[in-house]
Parts: sequence; C-alpha cells; structure tokens
Amino acid sequence: MEEKFNPKIIGIFCNWCTYLAADLAGISRMQYAANLRISRVMCSGRVHPEFVLWAFKKGADGVLLGGCHPGDCHYIEGNYKALRRYILLKKVIGQFGIDERRLRLEWISGSEADKLRRVTNEFTETIKSLGPLPNRDDIEVDAFDESELKIVEPEYVTS
Amino acid sequence: MIPAFEEPRIGVYVCDCGTNIASKLHVPEVVDYASTLPNVTIAKEYKYMCADPGQLMIKKDIREHNLNRVVVASCSPHLHESTFRKATLDGGQNPYLFHMANIREHVSWVTSDIDDATNKAKAIVSGAVYRVAYHESLEPQKVDVRPEVLVVGGGIAGITAALTIGNSGKKVYLVEKESTLGGHMAKFDKTFPTLDCASCILTPKMTSVKNHPNIEIITFAEVSEVSGFVGNFHIKVKKRPRYVIEDECIGCYACVEQCVYKVPKFLSEFDEGIGLRKPVYIPFPQAVPNYAVIDPETCIEFKSNKCKKTCVTACNEVAGRDAIDFNQKEEIIELDAGAIIVSTGFKAFNPDVMPQYGHTRYENVYTSLEVERLVNSAGPTGGEVILKDGSKPESVGIIHCVGSRDKNHNKWCSKVCCMYSLKLAHLIKERTGAEVYNFYIDMRTPGKGYEEFYEKLLEEGTHFIRGKVAEVTDWAITPQEEGKLVIRAEDTLIGTVRRIPVDMVVLAVGLEPGKDAGDIRRIFNMSCSEEGWFLERHPKLAPVSTFTDGVFIAGACQGPKDIPESVAQAQAASAEAMCLIDKGFIELEPNVAVIDETRCSGCHVCLGLCPYTAITYNKEKEVAVINEALCKGCGTCVGACPSKAINQRLFRDEQIFAELEGLLLV
Repeated sequence: MEEKFNPKIIGIFCNWCTYLAADLAGISRMQYAANLRISRVMCSGRVHPEFVLWAFKKGADGVLLGGCHPGDCHYIEGNYKALRRYILLKKVIGQFGIDERRLRLEWISGSEADKLRRVTNEFTETIKSLGPLPNRDDIEVDAFDESELKIVEPEYVTS
Repeated sequence: MIPAFEEPRIGVYVCDCGTNIASKLHVPEVVDYASTLPNVTIAKEYKYMCADPGQLMIKKDIREHNLNRVVVASCSPHLHESTFRKATLDGGQNPYLFHMANIREHVSWVTSDIDDATNKAKAIVSGAVYRVAYHESLEPQKVDVRPEVLVVGGGIAGITAALTIGNSGKKVYLVEKESTLGGHMAKFDKTFPTLDCASCILTPKMTSVKNHPNIEIITFAEVSEVSGFVGNFHIKVKKRPRYVIEDECIGCYACVEQCVYKVPKFLSEFDEGIGLRKPVYIPFPQAVPNYAVIDPETCIEFKSNKCKKTCVTACNEVAGRDAIDFNQKEEIIELDAGAIIVSTGFKAFNPDVMPQYGHTRYENVYTSLEVERLVNSAGPTGGEVILKDGSKPESVGIIHCVGSRDKNHNKWCSKVCCMYSLKLAHLIKERTGAEVYNFYIDMRTPGKGYEEFYEKLLEEGTHFIRGKVAEVTDWAITPQEEGKLVIRAEDTLIGTVRRIPVDMVVLAVGLEPGKDAGDIRRIFNMSCSEEGWFLERHPKLAPVSTFTDGVFIAGACQGPKDIPESVAQAQAASAEAMCLIDKGFIELEPNVAVIDETRCSGCHVCLGLCPYTAITYNKEKEVAVINEALCKGCGTCVGACPSKAINQRLFRDEQIFAELEGLLLV
C-alpha cells in the first residue's frame, strides 16, 4: 500500500516578525501541522529566489515565506522587495513546472501566532491536495559552485 | 555538500529542557540520528543545556574532541543563542562557529504526535549541522554609543526614568505630548493603598525634573521620526504651537484672568470634561512647565481675528511680558541620543460603547477618571463629591471590570481597577457618608498592603456584590427606585437578580493601549502584542527591552500597571539604558553585507535597494561599495545581486543553501 503523503514544507521567516510568531505559537502551546521546517533570515528581503528553487530541488513540496506586515518592516521596506520578487518568482516556478500554489508569502507579525498556526495548517492541506512535487531533479539552480568554495578569512572589524 | 575548507568537527547537543522537549519527542533517537550526520564528531543529550554543567560540557568537549563547530538543539535562538555563543567562545572557539536548532518553540511545544515531533526535530538538527559547517569566524562590530537618552512620555514612568538617568550625570531629553508633565497620575487625588496624596508625591518630582541641569523638557511635542540605530539614534520631534512663548511666560495667570471670556466655558481635557476652562489656560496650578496654552479651536482671535486680545494686554501690563504669539508655528526639533525609553502610558476604556451602562445617557453615571477629578481637592468641585444638581449622593454604585475581562471588549484584566475602586469607595464614603456598593466579578488585590486595604473596606461597611452588572436604568418599578439609577445585576453568591437603586454610578473603566500606540510602535520600530501593548523582548528575562536594540519600555504602555510597578519598571529601563551608554560602545551582530569586488559587475541594482544608503558606487573601480557602519544587515541587496557578488555574514548564501538541504533530509 502506498504510504500516506507527508509533505515537507520549508518556511523562510524573517527574524523580527514571522519567526517570533512561530516562537509565540510555541510559547502558547498551539498545535499545528508538523510539516513546516523553519529557516531564519534577518529580513524577508534576504530571500534569494534561488533559495526557493533550491528548496524545491532538494525535497520541499511547498515553500512558505514569512515577513512583517507592510509598513512594519524592521529594515523599513525589505518586505516590499520580498513581495516584488515573490510575484516574479511565482511566474518563474511555473516555468519549472511547479504549481504556483506551492509557494506562498504571508505577512505574519510577532504577535500573530494564531495566524501562523492557521496559515501553516491551510498551506499543509493545500500541498497535501497537490501531492508530491514531481520532476524536482529538472530544476536548475545555480546555487553555488562547490569547487569555488574556499576558506573564508574572517575580516576583523576594528572599532 | 561538504565544505572545502577546514575539516569541520561538529559537536551536537540535544537538550531535554527538563521535560519540555524530552516528554514530547524521542530525544535519544534525535541524538543517534545526529551522530550519523556528516562532520558530526560527537552528539549528546543533556537535561538542561543552558545550565552551568551543560555549558561546561560544551567547553570541555571543544578542548577534548577538538571541536570546531557547535550545534545546540534546544529553545529559540532569541532566548539562548548568546549563552551558547559564549560557551563556544569560552571553549576556545570563535562564538560564531555555533548554530542553534529550535526544537522547543518550533517542535515540542507545537506538535502533538511524538513521532512527527521526533522527525521534525531530526530535520531541524540536520539543518543546523549542515549550516554550521559553513560558518566562519567573525568579530562583532563595535559601535560607539552617544551618552544622551531620550525619554518619550512624561507620566510617572517617564519622570522617574528621566530623573534616574539625569541623576547619574547623563543628559536626558524628556518629550511629552501634552502641555504639562504628570500624565494620568497628576489627575488623581489619592493613591492606593496608602492613601497618600498623589500630588504631594508627584509634583515635587515634576519640579525636580524642571530644575534638573541634565534634563531638557520638550512639552506639547511628539516624536515624528527616528532614524539611526542603537547608540546613534537621530530623532525628529514635532513641537506643536502653544501660542505662548515659553521663555517669556512666567505662569502668572494674568492672561487667563483677563481673557475676554469672563468665565470658563469650554470642557477641560485635564478635568476629564467635568470641569471647564477658558481658551487660554494652564491645565492645573502645579503644571510643569507652568506655561499658559491657547486653544485655537475655541479662541476668538483664531476664529475671527476680531478679538480684543485682552490676554495680550494683560501679559504686557500685568506681567510686563510679551509672551503671547498668535503666529507661532509648528517646530521641528532634532535630537541625537544613544538610547530611548518609551513610556507613553495607556488610555482609559471609553464606556460609551457599552450603552447598557448609560454613560452620557444618564448624567450621574461617571467614569472612574471623572470621579478622580471629582474627589480631587484641586478639581472642579474642590474635592466635593456632588451630583450634577449639586446635591450629595446618598448611595453610590461602583461597577468593576468595565471593558475588562470581557470578550466583547478587552479580554485582559486591567489590574488596577479593583484597587482604585476600593480607593474611590473609601473616598466617596469619607466625603459623603453615602452607602457604596461594589459590583465585582472577582476581587483581585495582590500586592503589598492591598489585601489589607480590601479588608479595611469590608470593615468600613462598603457593600460588595459579586456579579457582572447587566444594566443601569432609570426605569423604576418600586417607589424607592423613583428618581434613582437602578443597577441590575445577578448576585451570584445568593443566586438571585438584584436591583440596587443609587444616586450615582461609577464605571471602573479598564486600561487600553494608547490611541496612537500603533504610530508610536512604527516610529520606534517596536513590536506589539495582539492587544496593542508594546512587546517586551522576553516576559521574564528582558521585561523592559524591546526587539529594537537601544529602545526600552517602561510603565503602562507595556501592559496595565499600577504606580509602584511603573516606577520600578522605569528605574529598570533606566538601568538598561545606562548600561548601554555608560559602556560607551556596543557590539553588534556581525551580519553585514560584504561585496566581492572581483564578481561585482557594477550593475547598480543593489544601490537603490538599500534603505540606509549604505551602498555607493565607486566610479574608478566600477564596483559597488558597502559602508559597513551604515549596513544594518537585512540582506536585501544580497537577495537581489544578479552576479552573486554580495554576501551576508552569518547568513551567507551557502549557509542557507546548506541549511535548507539539511532541513529536507528526513
């Protein structure tokens, strides 16, 4: 018998709002779908489109991006830039044969633990209904060239 | 992916957190799994990683097993990242060669199925193990801190903070929205439970602020813009015109007395609308600073330009001054400060949204703040508790929890209402001899001497009826109720509906976040709780810090608080601010963006993205250049660079790629 599909969902959340909402959900002992795995960035503006493509390539069935509400960005306007990229990225993933519904951007503030719970559950259901992401090996990501990696000398900052 | 540089030797420590983690997932299974991951030298379980023995274990293992990377799987990095970075440092490694896996807030506390939780914890641990392999040694960025402190809000919390910091010899700017300091406390007559006079303890403090060489008071002003960051805030303050030149006014009241309005005609904001004032006024005699204010909404000169301007004549002739200036304009004052304390206070719940209690419909239904002005010896009635017709009430009902503990309005307990209701009950009984009825849901009197005060009120013969009031009505059904206000409530202790006729009703209104709390929050880049109170960094361990470094909170803007708590919090916030400015420098997260000049194509994409204008273009080299002192580390430019020439320290592309790969392993 086929095993029940248990999707893997990557959350890339900003440090100041959505990551805190996930912390608050924990503190409030809210129970939600265990499919979400969170990576923290300082700002949703940091999210490089290739993070999303890479996640899909490496096994994610859905990617949830989380940032502060418009006007509330800790870095003034990083979330607007995230939004601009998100809109384009939705089109790009379509070209890779990825259903647009597998990528979602949500503004979740540090106090909106309940929204985080609701969105995670909803999104998990959406991904479950879409099934596993097919043909993920076809996704081309210019992630980084391993051969190029070298020892990164720390640059000491003196006051 | 195996990093090509120095061979990583990773130590993984999975915390039980007592039973917080251990009871919700199979920790040994996670440890076993971790030990199979690439580059992991050792993996261990421990009951409390954050406790001394846990940290000692990390230090010892770094030395014994020659570890060069550390992963701790426990709580949120917001709680203990710095703890474990320090342990890594003490073990002899660079503190940034550490990464934290959040398996408490993000796993054990939110997942009901133990197998799901174990699986998710494995994923998060492998994400951290993959990521930490790409971590690099870094040095924190050192930034100088300016020695001035900005205090926003001049209520008891702001006054206390300003005095504490001023007394330490540091310069303080105290910005207050109203024309005088004092906040809500200035309106009270007595304070609970000691019944000492609010004025006698507050006004000397206000005077000390006024006379303090280190404190600069800016009243009638609001902060409109904050730029910069911890240690170097640049603040713009918008000062509204009071139409009185502050340096000229001596607070002599000549203008008020000689105003063309012979008697006060307009509702006084300070008296909560139960007293009257003239268009030119001083809110209360002890106001600090003691300058007159002209209200352009009611002043005839502003309306018609045809006023006789007797106030100006009075100022010239009686006071020998020329303080009145009808042409005064709004002013922008620019300040620099190293730290900011926000103490903007609360707003009282407006009971007009609860028509069943008849505030505004029945003239003898008052809010508690209105009654505070009524019982205040400096208030409009000179401290006499009288009804609208001038007679003394024979019976008074106090309705508790108006707007609080009410799912239709505010869910929270406003904390101070039980105690201030007891205080008002005592004062009303003392002044009028009236029968006082308290209608309460629960009496909440925790605090030093508070329960004893409640006990005293019980002995004084104040009536306590346990039940939430359904309505206040003037519909009499018995002759005794004629001409009275009837409070209808279910007495839950005797299980019957009661109708208590009274002459006066006091609504013990709750506390709410200030009207402009949303704007203030944005200006200072703070977070709010769902209810709108400013959010502290940690409820227990960092109760006066916010998520913005260098911005602290004190008093009731953080949540309902009484005076002792507000004062204590203000002093705590002052200590935090002083820690910062006294040290003279601060170490920032070294998460700035850096440009690889050899890869930069000079396309200019990043230049327009930086909200801090930290990126400039070097025409000679034809590359973008980042000013690290201006970079705040958001990484927006990194996410946009088409040549991958920009990277962000602590959040390098390869670190995140590796983390994502690890997160998706199981």
